[in-house]
Amino acid sequence: MAFIPHTAADVEEMLAVIGVASVEQLFDEIPPSVRARGLAGIGDALNEMEVTRLMMSRAASCGFALSFIGAGAYEHHIPAAVWAIAARGEFYSSYTPYQAEASQGTLQAIYEFQTMIASLSGMDVANASLYDGASAFAEALLMAARINRKSKSLRMLVSRAVHPHYRAVARSITSLQGLNLEEVEYDAASGRTLVDSLRAHDGEDITALAIQQPNFFGVLEEVDGLSEWARRRAIPVIAVVNPISLALLRPPGEWRGGADVVVGEGQPLGVPLSSGGPYFGFMATRMAHVRQMPGRIAGRTVDLAGHEGFTLTLQAREQHIRRGRATSNICTNQGLMVTAATLYLSLMGPQGLRRVAAACHARTRALVEALVRIPGVRAAFAAPRFHEAVLQLDRPVAPVLAALERREILAGLDLAPDYPELGHALLVCATETKTAADIQVYASALGEALEARTAA
Amino acid sequence: MAPRQEPLIFQYSRAGRGAVDQWPREPDTPLEIPRELQRPRPPLLPEVSELDAVRHFTRLSQLNFSIDTHFYPLGSCTMKYNPKACNALATLPQFLARHPLAPESRGQGVLACLHELQEMLCALTGMQAAALGPMAGAQGELAGVAMILAHHRSRGDLARREIIVPQAAHGTNPATASMCGATVREIPVGADGDVDIEALRAAVGPATAGIMLTNPSTLGVFERRIVEVAEIVHAAGGLLYYDGANLNAILGKVRPADMGFDVIHMNLHKTFSTPHGGGGPGAGAVGVGPLLEPFLPIPIVVREADHYRSLTERDRPRTIGRLSAFMGNVGVLLRAYVYMRLLGSEGLSQVAEHAALNANYLLARLAGAGFEVAYPSRRASHELIVTLERQARDSEVTAMDFAKRLLDYGMHAPTTYFPLLVPECLLIEPTETESKETLDAFVAAMVSIAREAREDPERVRRAPHTLPVRRLDDVRAAKQLDLTWDPDARAPDRPG
Repeated sequence: MAFIPHTAADVEEMLAVIGVASVEQLFDEIPPSVRARGLAGIGDALNEMEVTRLMMSRAASCGFALSFIGAGAYEHHIPAAVWAIAARGEFYSSYTPYQAEASQGTLQAIYEFQTMIASLSGMDVANASLYDGASAFAEALLMAARINRKSKSLRMLVSRAVHPHYRAVARSITSLQGLNLEEVEYDAASGRTLVDSLRAHDGEDITALAIQQPNFFGVLEEVDGLSEWARRRAIPVIAVVNPISLALLRPPGEWRGGADVVVGEGQPLGVPLSSGGPYFGFMATRMAHVRQMPGRIAGRTVDLAGHEGFTLTLQAREQHIRRGRATSNICTNQGLMVTAATLYLSLMGPQGLRRVAAACHARTRALVEALVRIPGVRAAFAAPRFHEAVLQLDRPVAPVLAALERREILAGLDLAPDYPELGHALLVCATETKTAADIQVYASALGEALEARTAA
Repeated sequence: MAPRQEPLIFQYSRAGRGAVDQWPREPDTPLEIPRELQRPRPPLLPEVSELDAVRHFTRLSQLNFSIDTHFYPLGSCTMKYNPKACNALATLPQFLARHPLAPESRGQGVLACLHELQEMLCALTGMQAAALGPMAGAQGELAGVAMILAHHRSRGDLARREIIVPQAAHGTNPATASMCGATVREIPVGADGDVDIEALRAAVGPATAGIMLTNPSTLGVFERRIVEVAEIVHAAGGLLYYDGANLNAILGKVRPADMGFDVIHMNLHKTFSTPHGGGGPGAGAVGVGPLLEPFLPIPIVVREADHYRSLTERDRPRTIGRLSAFMGNVGVLLRAYVYMRLLGSEGLSQVAEHAALNANYLLARLAGAGFEVAYPSRRASHELIVTLERQARDSEVTAMDFAKRLLDYGMHAPTTYFPLLVPECLLIEPTETESKETLDAFVAAMVSIAREAREDPERVRRAPHTLPVRRLDDVRAAKQLDLTWDPDARAPDRPG
């Protein structure tokens, strides 16, 4: 099944028009020495019924466990309308809107999305998306280096409370251009990045400062003090944020020291978890920096007749125009996810999004309260949090997670590989999808698991 | 009847309205967030009912051209039919619900698909190993060039910092080289469309890290001297990078590894028919020969006895690292997997054959109708270039005017002004999923527009006439930046 409409008669007629005897002749410019002989290793075709059966069984192996894992990807309710509309063929099977007149739907959706993201982050402008939160963070570091040309050191201060995978991706990508990521230690008692830790760098040539709010531990950073430290030294501030949290939290544009580039993972806005992707990275900035921003941007303009319309703009930043001197090599982005997010934000509105955020915050609080009542469980950090928390157990986390998994509970993320200094630490998250009963199920199972092992 | 214009979603907003049933109930505990960290004013989001939103975005969708509604012969983009089964089966509820950090024991079905996809991509390209993490073609390119540089560095050869690209290369090639900190060296293409071998010989040397090539090239022809190109670059100590944008043309006919390429990226959203989604998401899987395997980006899925596992830095200490927060665009990868299983080896060979048949048929028909093709003595690969230089000279009707007028005929425009090498060009890629009737209709439209260009050129110059908007003022868009909606601003000025 190759979805090819040609009849045998079509093929004959077309070959005659071309003036060749066979389809094979169309490949006669390929040197015979390198020609392939068929396609081994692919296997025979399955029909749609057979593939359906195969994929249903593969999907079944994933199950539906009760999950309390967050760590950069969050389970939220997605209204059915979001994907019923985003998956329409007119969105799903269209190309990048280079031919603006034939792509007004996509372009207007991007313009609406840019408006929403800019407002959520408290910035002037946003782009039409990057690949995911981590790659958006890498692009933000590269952009900050372009903004701060006066700095020659390419030293980027990154809190160790920024998502470890984001730091890993940023290292892979930005080290190619010689950026140096220097980690700033977090405070062991509060889980926060302290202004005092930045003071060690007073007087040094620093190219940018990156802060995550809420940070990887779910803890709320003292963003006013951190951003102000950077602002006084004319160091650009990169903010990594969770878009749901921005319904409750002061947006980076309104931090005391402000922010220059705001990035984050867009997945919480109507995008399914799907083992890690496709998600989308968002990026917002000040108007003064817009020409340094990577990625596509839609703008409103007028047509020949003076009617409003939308088009991609500032394309002179991009690879198809600027080639080797572009702001980034990005071409394909995560367009369809942006359409879904724009639908999601429209259905939530300012009130609904605030309720989602407040519900996440409340459920996590309830979860932590329930779990720390269990002997051998304590909260690692004292500082206020959004919708995640680090717990410390009195024994290694991995066997406990395995025990709960056998009861169909994914109890969180073991932090031992990335933060061994935290001891037996576990990162947990409860979003609005978790009920009081779910929390009780988790607490009972954890209590029994710890008790059983103590007894043993 | 599709709407012509649609207000902004914000213009439907009424204070106090909302899709209330989609919201969680108000929690009864107060926020434990210090006041100075709280948002003082709500964000600018619309307050609309669910029906308002559904209607608005449905109407927006109707303003688009798409494969499902229109012929979309966009050169270099492989806009073929995206089978519905691929979407339906990649979005089974368990797949969608799986958290990326859930234990691998609870994702064996996903990992099995990814592992088999790696194997199939290796079989197709002749490469030894593949990694699926890169999230688009350009990120695959970044991975590829980073691996080439890492390879030279691992041998202590720090002088190789130059990436050679032909003049006609995709813009992402030089942009990627720069993003990797390499310098770009462009070499010319000969009059027959093949790389200028003498220029290549002169360009290679101890600074050469590698060359990035698309084959068939962006000129829609197969690079006939590819074996010689590979020998020259390898002899000089460089490696060959294959830009897989045009892989659709050669499936089952020739494998990049057999041509001498050391590394390849594949645009799964082109050749393997995952959707373009109005700009993405795509997936840019990479394949490598033995030399570069240690440097592959993680994660990579391996099979150990009956268990699938993804490799980390601990397994692959020389990896160029991680390029996505989790595992790349898994949902896109699953769509590509389903597509390949549906086609099987026979179907995949038919893809290249019918893509070539359609392109060469269009070439013959357009040439027969009096259009000037860029490389008349060459076979078209899966796409072809028409140059409208004569029409531009005689009637002052440009390739862009032709493109816009095609929209009025209900067909998406081909790629315009790329490759830059050919003046006033249209790069036309029909793909294998289009019927002879559609191709004939396209030729008829082109002939009709050519006649209009002679008889009523203004009609073509001012096209499109039947779309939701007329031709848009791009200069104004870039000069008077209007990138977000401001509720307090007045509507943009209308000219005269």
